[in-house]
Amino acid sequence: MSFNIENYFTDLSAANTILYYKGNVDSDVINQVLDSVEDKMVAVSEQSKLRKKVYNVLVESLQNLYHHVDKVPEDFDDQTAEKYGLVVVKKVNDGYRIVTGNFVHSENIEKLEEKIKRINRSSHEEIKELYKFILNHQRISAKGGGGLGLVDIARKTGNKLEYSFKSYNRYYSFFYLEILVNEEK
Amino acid sequence: MEPIIIEGTAKTPTVKFDSAEGVFEIKGRSIPENSVEFYKPLVDWLDTYREMPLSKTVVNIRLEYFNTSSSKCILDVFKKLEAIHKAKNEVEVNWYYEEDDEDMLEAGEDYESIIRVPFKMIEIVE
Repeated sequence: MSFNIENYFTDLSAANTILYYKGNVDSDVINQVLDSVEDKMVAVSEQSKLRKKVYNVLVESLQNLYHHVDKVPEDFDDQTAEKYGLVVVKKVNDGYRIVTGNFVHSENIEKLEEKIKRINRSSHEEIKELYKFILNHQRISAKGGGGLGLVDIARKTGNKLEYSFKSYNRYYSFFYLEILVNEEK
Repeated sequence: MEPIIIEGTAKTPTVKFDSAEGVFEIKGRSIPENSVEFYKPLVDWLDTYREMPLSKTVVNIRLEYFNTSSSKCILDVFKKLEAIHKAKNEVEVNWYYEEDDEDMLEAGEDYESIIRVPFKMIEIVE
């Protein structure tokens, strides 16, 4: 199998990668990732406005993995993780890039992609209204998600959600979501 | 009725609901994976308070971070307060935000536009 989830990244070893994690995404892992990234931002005296946005987006990204990942394919080499995810945080010129990755069952791709496309074609004002609508009308799902995570990320960053699906086998793809959190233009 | 006093953790806020004073406070970080588990007792408590509220209830929300899962639960808290207000009791919400935190201010404005209770937006200047 030539598939390697790290092929997506060209410069993972570079000094600008402040966090790299792959494996089970449980509550403790989420705490550790949040603490580690927050400490690193504080250590470089990142301005509090950007720091808060990064923290917020990271919370939603991690909890999206926690609530929504599909189980790993049967032939994947790490079978220990119930909620397998990948998280990378990189420092870039005017902010941070957060990349998450997870397996998505083929039958769930269309729905996810449609959701992202809808967000990406909306104006900032429309995203704000969409957020309020979902907040006020949608119940928390059985999985525990509120359906607001991606909308909130788009709203707080003001940037488009970059994404791709890399086919793993007939039944699964690996979904990469890349979010730029930067200082306001 | 017994007050609710909950110490904050890295992921859940400090809560003080004092029924004798009519002052309710939620403060800190609210980013648990399972927010319903945390907020349900608060919402249930408000249901009881609602039956015999004080003539004035003041609610102070002073959050540093909250996740989208908490945002729905916070709305449930506000809906209980709205019902108390609707029954001709005074209810006032003070929504605190740090001076450069426009996202937190906007979040307060979202609730203000949904819930029919007077909101006061209060900037925390350090």
